[in-house]
Amino acid sequence: MDGVRSLIGFIADNTSGILERTIEHATIVLGVMLVATVFSVVLGIAVQNRGLAKQVSLGTAGVLLTIPSLALFAIFIPLVGIGNRPAQIALFLYAILPILRNTVAGLDAVDPAIVEAAQGMGMGQFQQLVRVRIPLAWPVIIAGVRVSTQLITGVAAIAVLVGGGGLGAYIQRGLTSLGNPFSIERVWTGTLFIILLALVLDAVLGAIGRRTTSPGIR
Amino acid sequence: MSETTSTPQVGAAGMVSDRDPTDAPVMIHLDGVEKVYTPGAAPAVEKLTLDVHKGEILVLVGPSGCGKSTTLRLINRMIEPTAGRIIFDDEDVTDIDANELRRRIGYVIQRIGLFPHQTIAENIGTVPRLLGWDAERTRKRSDELLDLVGLEPGIYRDRYPKELSGGQAQRVGVARALAADPPVMLMDEPFGAVDPITRDRLQNEFLRLQAEVQKTIVFVTHDIDEAVKMGDRIAILRERSVVAQLDTPARILSYPVDDFVDDFIGSGSTLKGLHFERVSGLAIPEYPVVRRDTPREEARRILDMSDFRWLLMLDERGRPARWLNETHLADTSRPLHEVGPVVRAVVERNATLHDALEAMITSSAGQAVIVHRDGTYVGVVQIELLTEVIGRMRREARKHYEDLEATQTTDTP
Repeated sequence: MDGVRSLIGFIADNTSGILERTIEHATIVLGVMLVATVFSVVLGIAVQNRGLAKQVSLGTAGVLLTIPSLALFAIFIPLVGIGNRPAQIALFLYAILPILRNTVAGLDAVDPAIVEAAQGMGMGQFQQLVRVRIPLAWPVIIAGVRVSTQLITGVAAIAVLVGGGGLGAYIQRGLTSLGNPFSIERVWTGTLFIILLALVLDAVLGAIGRRTTSPGIR
Repeated sequence: MSETTSTPQVGAAGMVSDRDPTDAPVMIHLDGVEKVYTPGAAPAVEKLTLDVHKGEILVLVGPSGCGKSTTLRLINRMIEPTAGRIIFDDEDVTDIDANELRRRIGYVIQRIGLFPHQTIAENIGTVPRLLGWDAERTRKRSDELLDLVGLEPGIYRDRYPKELSGGQAQRVGVARALAADPPVMLMDEPFGAVDPITRDRLQNEFLRLQAEVQKTIVFVTHDIDEAVKMGDRIAILRERSVVAQLDTPARILSYPVDDFVDDFIGSGSTLKGLHFERVSGLAIPEYPVVRRDTPREEARRILDMSDFRWLLMLDERGRPARWLNETHLADTSRPLHEVGPVVRAVVERNATLHDALEAMITSSAGQAVIVHRDGTYVGVVQIELLTEVIGRMRREARKHYEDLEATQTTDTP
């Protein structure tokens, strides 16, 4: 019970710092997600009908996800220096697979009869994509975006190790000062707010998903 | 069976057609159209030359795998032909932009393919939107079409496809295909996925709709009964979409040109053929009738003098009332107008011979009573008369083909 009380105390004493770190963290995640979503959806559309390209891109994205995050973050330091940049690149690579896979799966799941009808009425490839196939795959794509967001919100804590910002700073300081006052509280604060941020982002994406999905396919 | 077969079913009425569909100008001309998937292999569709005339329903029918769907899809170039020309209303459309062509052709498929994320009105407005109609005109048109296919616009306009039954969805599919008022419709087994009762209703509704809109329609089915019912003409296709016989349903049923066609149309083709002749085309012979107030002795005298086993009694307004035979005349326990079986099945003059046959089978006297529209007596038709008609239909169809052959042999030097 004492631990909880002292955690609450720590949070109360550090609200402005925590808020700042949380916003930093959210900014990193949102920036990465925006780029990753556009990239992965476009890639998904491009490879969905091409067997080999589809296998290669899904395979590569899968491999990227297995690279240990600590290493992946560090790999980019020689290329882009320290700070948020190497972290963003690493997070971007992690975010690809769920969105890419869902984009492909969502497009695969569109009833061929619907596409045939669209084509038979004189819709070109682009119109079929924009008016029919993407709207129908949309709920699945959004689900992928939500998974990626959850995933990288957690992983983004490591950004601090390569000189980036975010809530990882609390965890790192806590870990490096174990035994000192408030060290465990710092770890908990970082963890707690990352979880909270992930929940909030997920709820927001969920709401966006519902608003942008036709009632006809809900 | 109800008391009367007073008005023939819409479908049945639709089957009787006096005009020759080939009198109308040609709307679609396929000139040696061919589809080869793998060079060197047998073609999926072998050099096909075919005319579809303005305002007719041409049914392509054949066993599965004969290439009838492929043929249909060659017309709107969903499948690109590897040889031949497609002429559409005197315009060669073989090489024009396929999307532009498709917007001029209504397309209905068995699995409908309504867009589930769009409302019914949006679905119907698909082609108008592609053609750049303004929102107001598109909205008006979709309401008009919902009315036309029998769905109340106020109720259905803003619904989504998942809220429709199979039959309703197919009606919307037809409405969507008609949206931009295309002169031509291609229909690929459009009623194949619904239950038999709904299918029958959709077919009847569609024939009524077609009488109104007069589109040129190419209709694919594997069901010969549907072909006979829907088609102004039928093309029976064998493998690689080779036309085995192309003619009106009546002539195909009366005179299948070869064993393949004969096998395909199956048994009962004579019965089906009766759909194509009307009672009004028959010379109906005299039949002995009595009035309600005709004395018993007089009735007996009339029956004795006739060659028939039954007398027909008419009521005071001249409508058929009861059948009377020897036994009934001998039954003096009740007045004459209370004995004898009541006439149940009567057919109007514009009914088909199929209706007449049905009436005969249900009648206790084994013959069909023909009446005017107001129900008054015209005459009685017996089975022998139908036999005669069937014989005549066969002779006529055979003669048609003999004449055709004769002209062909004289044409070629």
